[in-house]
Amino acid sequence: MGDHSHGSPSTSGTVATAGQSDVEKFQDPGLPPHRPRRADKDPRAEKRAERQVAILFVISIIGTVLFFVGYFGIRLDDTIATLRFQNFTLGMGTAFAMLGIGVGIVHWAKTLMPDHEIVEERHEVRTEEDRRDAEQIIGQVLDESGISRRPLIRNTLIGAGVLAILPAIGIFRDLSKDMNPEVLRHTMWDAGVRLTRDPSGTPIKASDVTIGSAFHVIPEGLNEAEHKLEEKAKAVVLLMRLNPDELNVSPGREDWNYNGIVAYSKICTHVGCPVALYEQHTHHLLCPCHQSTFDLTQECKVIFGPAAHALPQLPISVDDEGYLVATSDFHEPVGPSYWERG
Amino acid sequence: MSASTDTYVPKTRVGRITNFVDTRVGGSSIVKEFGRKIFPDHWSFMFGEVALYSFVILLLSGTFLTFFFDPSMAETHYDGVYVPLKGVEMSVAYQSTLDISFEIRGGLFMRQLHHWSALMFVASVSFHMLRVFFTGAFRRPRELNWVVGCVLLILALAAGFTGYSLPDDLLSGNGLRIIDGVIKGIPLVGTYISLLLFGGEFPGTDIVGRLYVLHILLVPALILLMIAVHLFMVVVHKHTQYPGPGRSESNVVGFPIGPVYAAKAGGFFFVVFGILAVIAANFQILAIWDYGPYDPSPVSAGTQPDWYIGWVDGALRLMPGVGEFVIFGRTISLNVLLPALAPAGLLFTLMFAWPWIERWVTKDHREHHILDRPRNAPFRTGIGVAGIVFYSVMWAAASSDLIATHFHVSLNDVTYWLRALFFLGPILGFIVTRRICLALQRKDREIALHGRETGRIVRLPHGEFIEVHEPLNDYKLYRLVNFESPEVLPAQPNKAGHIKRSEKLRGSLSRFFFEDRVAPVTRAELEAAHSHHAEVEAPAEKAEVSGR
Repeated sequence: MGDHSHGSPSTSGTVATAGQSDVEKFQDPGLPPHRPRRADKDPRAEKRAERQVAILFVISIIGTVLFFVGYFGIRLDDTIATLRFQNFTLGMGTAFAMLGIGVGIVHWAKTLMPDHEIVEERHEVRTEEDRRDAEQIIGQVLDESGISRRPLIRNTLIGAGVLAILPAIGIFRDLSKDMNPEVLRHTMWDAGVRLTRDPSGTPIKASDVTIGSAFHVIPEGLNEAEHKLEEKAKAVVLLMRLNPDELNVSPGREDWNYNGIVAYSKICTHVGCPVALYEQHTHHLLCPCHQSTFDLTQECKVIFGPAAHALPQLPISVDDEGYLVATSDFHEPVGPSYWERG
Repeated sequence: MSASTDTYVPKTRVGRITNFVDTRVGGSSIVKEFGRKIFPDHWSFMFGEVALYSFVILLLSGTFLTFFFDPSMAETHYDGVYVPLKGVEMSVAYQSTLDISFEIRGGLFMRQLHHWSALMFVASVSFHMLRVFFTGAFRRPRELNWVVGCVLLILALAAGFTGYSLPDDLLSGNGLRIIDGVIKGIPLVGTYISLLLFGGEFPGTDIVGRLYVLHILLVPALILLMIAVHLFMVVVHKHTQYPGPGRSESNVVGFPIGPVYAAKAGGFFFVVFGILAVIAANFQILAIWDYGPYDPSPVSAGTQPDWYIGWVDGALRLMPGVGEFVIFGRTISLNVLLPALAPAGLLFTLMFAWPWIERWVTKDHREHHILDRPRNAPFRTGIGVAGIVFYSVMWAAASSDLIATHFHVSLNDVTYWLRALFFLGPILGFIVTRRICLALQRKDREIALHGRETGRIVRLPHGEFIEVHEPLNDYKLYRLVNFESPEVLPAQPNKAGHIKRSEKLRGSLSRFFFEDRVAPVTRAELEAAHSHHAEVEAPAEKAEVSGR
């Protein structure tokens, strides 16, 4: 198509030239002539359209009947299949009831109602006359109220108004009775608290934890705790056993593991999802929410993803009966960072 | 005044009732104003209607659900009909959602209809906004209505989010936990906001009840208010219309409300309802009984948030784990804060401000009632597509794990690619889109000047083959030539003769936007082209778009 152009780029007109006058613009040819529809010309087409609309309305009636057949005819039992079938019947009944009316009316409008386009003039959003009147009224209102002449009244009113909003904010203070961020530092773990299975709460013997295995762990007594979910949201732990040679233990944490058994907080340090995926052969922990990846052999350092610090480690040992126990609480707050975390 | 009531005496009973109401509320003037008001017709104007109707369906289905839902987070043991969960410890909220699904006839249908309508609501609001943006419908006098629309989008997201968290199942609980983590990342007040919101430590026993009040009272009331303002302004401004023969800045061409438009729009409500009912009848959504009640320990891999939250979640995933530091014993975690706030802040700020940005760059303060075809505003269309790409990259990132498992690629590679696209995608999107727009404009030009290709090849007496072009009729021609193509407006000195820095910036933005442009065909050009056609077809140079 480019072959049909004329002149060089500078004179072809494809290039903008300044000062195109309105004289060069095209005249508006006006609305295109109306093209009659079949129903406008042919009485039989008109009758047919009328019948089609009526049939669509009848389909709607059938749909409503179908709804009630599903509602009264299907007895819900305890199987999902029955539930699905009733849901399907009620849904499709409603769908036919609605679509029958909707499509019918639209079809009616498109085939039988006039399709002549009508022209209406727009009006100014604001006329100059109205503006002048309004300005005068506002001036009069301000003047009669005297607010601009009496700044003392105005300023004290503004001050009172601003202050009066504060109780409406302050009254929400008791949304929470306990506002001490220190609660986030502590969990149920303490010296001597047994590691138990999640969710059964049965204690775990060190000998049960074979190399390569992983346990979802809660502290003993959690299931009986008063604020069970709140405690669980902080205290859940992942327990895994590696070959002790594979662990790179930093100074001060030498006695935090027991024969290669390590326990780490399960709460992601990014925004708090449970770090639920353990990749056994790479020793990686993966958070399924935002893919933060932690390396178990490097004390759960972040090796990929948006988390910014390692999962806190829970120091563990065994008690006299051979069950795994914590030797203290976590040494840092678990879960996502917060302002007071430090 | 007293005489006016007696001049007209209705004859029928309906007439008497109508007259009674009319003389008390002045119905006649309302009918006079709106009965034959003209609305232009175009398929793209339906997105806003879909949004409105989805919202009505949300109100209807939502009201039904409130009769059965109990937002209490008190502990209970399930004793309903669903066998796998018998005896399981759960909240009353979760149990009542199970009961709605399993024991209330039509309850599951209403839940699914409500959820699907919510997805449709946000989707149609989004498409409606894109239509308004790409056609320039936000320009004077409609800037404020654009702002109201932006507020409605935010409210729609708020409604969706507060509703998503109500069933207290595993998915919604984990969603809340993420929100809690993000809130805790806010400097200074984050921890306190979290403690206030949850009534203490996460999850507490207050949050579902609080979100419930927001979800069924505050947010819908605000949405209704905003819809009222939105529609009021549509009436004040009258609707925009696409360019075409017979349509000008000073008129509205279309169908009258009564009967055609009322029938079409009213019928369309039932169509939208019907389609949503088909979806709700056939496609399961949020089968909460599969996920179980909320428990802070388990999580299911590969779960996705509702689509409209995805982009924020994706931004969280894209961010590398850097930017957490401690100063004076206080922790700032940019690794959470930055992705949670920066992209959304950028997108919404640009969205709210765009009418003013465009007005500032073009210095075009006129009223516009005729829409732009997107190709005729290449810069704006380019910017819009850049925004869509920016959004979509984050959205895709929310499914990075599913992309990795479905296409058997490394999850890390998917993230690296998306990180690169986060920055490069919008730029590429802008460039490619603007080029496509310019190309389409040139194609329009060619068709206007030389007519439609008929595909009919004719051999001339001297042996040359030509393809016969059929000239356009006046109406089609007018459609292609009647548009405005803004030109570069260089920085202007102010009254004191200085060019301020902001004006320089405006000038360079204007250059950036309008340097490449295609001018509409003029009458002179068309005449020249026609006389040219009368002569022998001679090889001509290629027309070029002016470029840098």
